[in-house]
Amino acid sequence: MPDTPMATAGMTPAARRRLSAIGRAFRALKIPVGDPFAVTGLVIYAVFVLVAIFADQLATHDPLEILFTEDYQLAADQPAFGEFILGTTNLGRDIYSQMIYGTRSALIVGLAAAAAVVVVGTLVGLFAGYMGGWVDRILMRLADIAFGIPFLPFVIVLAAFMEPSIWNVVLAMALILWRDTGRVVRSQVLTLRNRAYVEAARVSGSGSLKIVFRHIAPNVLPLSLLYGSISIGWAILTEASISFLGFGDANAVSWGYMLQDAYASQALSRGAYYWFLPPGLCIVLVVVAGFFISRGYEEVLFPRLRS
Amino acid sequence: MAFVLWAVATILFLIFRLMPGNPLAAYIDPTFTEEQQQALIARFGLDKSLFEQYLLYLWNLLQGQLGDSFFYRQPVGSLILQVLPNTLVLALGSLIVAYAIGVIAGAYLAWKRGTWIEGLGIPVVLTTRAAPEFWMGMVLLAVFSFSFGWFPAGGASSPGAEFDGYLDLYLSWDFLSHLFLPALTLAIYFHGLPLLLMRSNMLDVMNEDFVTMARIKGLSEFSVVVRHGARNAMLPVMTSFAFAVGYQMQGSVVVETVFSWPGLGRMLVSAVAAGDYALAQGAFLLIAAVVVVMNLLADLLYGVLDPRVSHA
Repeated sequence: MPDTPMATAGMTPAARRRLSAIGRAFRALKIPVGDPFAVTGLVIYAVFVLVAIFADQLATHDPLEILFTEDYQLAADQPAFGEFILGTTNLGRDIYSQMIYGTRSALIVGLAAAAAVVVVGTLVGLFAGYMGGWVDRILMRLADIAFGIPFLPFVIVLAAFMEPSIWNVVLAMALILWRDTGRVVRSQVLTLRNRAYVEAARVSGSGSLKIVFRHIAPNVLPLSLLYGSISIGWAILTEASISFLGFGDANAVSWGYMLQDAYASQALSRGAYYWFLPPGLCIVLVVVAGFFISRGYEEVLFPRLRS
Repeated sequence: MAFVLWAVATILFLIFRLMPGNPLAAYIDPTFTEEQQQALIARFGLDKSLFEQYLLYLWNLLQGQLGDSFFYRQPVGSLILQVLPNTLVLALGSLIVAYAIGVIAGAYLAWKRGTWIEGLGIPVVLTTRAAPEFWMGMVLLAVFSFSFGWFPAGGASSPGAEFDGYLDLYLSWDFLSHLFLPALTLAIYFHGLPLLLMRSNMLDVMNEDFVTMARIKGLSEFSVVVRHGARNAMLPVMTSFAFAVGYQMQGSVVVETVFSWPGLGRMLVSAVAAGDYALAQGAFLLIAAVVVVMNLLADLLYGVLDPRVSHA
């Protein structure tokens, strides 16, 4: 507890204020550390983040290098648990190293897309809810349109016309998937804007921007983060689907790329489970971690469900 | 609704026309002379200004004209209508299975609130929702098709098989054995939504006065849970079905590709990959139309089934 008298004794008042601001922010985020689901999810995330950071140390080979055995034969289709931890692809690439490096692109896509969705969705919700009137009507009309666009086909079309890149998924999510966060945040803001403390701030002369960002935003932040933790999983699933369909970046090793490679190289008919099971399981773990954390958030935000 | 469809069509037009690349690249043979190329460009209306093209595009859409596929050299409308039934059968079939399982299992998990069954069930359901559909399809394909040889590996019917009409086709053993794995994949992926929805509705409903009343009347536990609880908890789940149909049309894109299922999603993917703009546009618009109509239907159904929600 940073703001207990014991811990802050002997600090200047300014430092104490700063510390208590940090403490308040943490409590305002309501990170659900008491819920077993959420803790499991956070632990899974922590492991994958560590793997992504230390990918260079953990990988045994260059993920795209074509490898040879000691007798100068192409090291293709090596089974798992032999010389290569998870075996090799049909072109002699190390599956384990691909999986390790795939963590990086998955987390980059997931976090960037989630951040984009949360920022756009929260801003839309805040302004639509607080301003009302024509701002609200325009923004909610845009949300209606976004709800009418089939998401995955939209990403496919977008990715086909743009340079192949993992950022296409991030862009598409920022353009479309803010709709859910936006609507939910808006309805939350509608219940907040007439509360007494907001009224008090308005009467004491605070401007709209100050009221929105200082008095209302902190109260919808946990809700935004709930949607953010689901968006990480969505982004990773979408990136995998796009790569699997062949519209991904062929130079960036991702789990979707690995699955596409395996599917196109007849790994299924040859029963090369060591090739297509690991990347899929990684996706499942990361996505389910997001679901677990969001569940923990729900129990914090809507304690009625707890009973 | 018309407004949303118009907006989606406009966005699609802009994406397709403002992106780099010649839309006729797939159509024009390098051996064509300059005049032949110009004639083709004129025939597809690509020599007009962007705004004229846009008006023409909207006018044609209103008349149901989607243009000709550059690749198949056939009208887009008839191409996508040919494969639409396959997609609908797959999407609806898998959804019905998913909802049947989801509603029953969701009610059961709510009834078992606080036991180890719930403790185990929830993570399992969340995990099936987290698994990418195409990966689930790959695993099922590898196990049941390639390793055990129980099911065919792709397509919608065996080569050379002939049928008299749709009903005969859809009821044939050959078609159903092709349908089984893709439908199972989608059902596994989708049963989580009705299940979790049903469960949380059940938990709400079981606390209501009329359920307590039923208990006091001395009705059996089965009667209380199923006839009084589940029937009321099912209403919102049923309205989510319409929404799910629209969603499933998008989800089937990857699953159709994995199983080479000749449907709308696979057609969209191959059309985009081949640069067949007209076909890709048509397939996208049809999917978008289903999504919009189903969203609207879900809203309306909600009002009909629960009169407290009115649109007045």
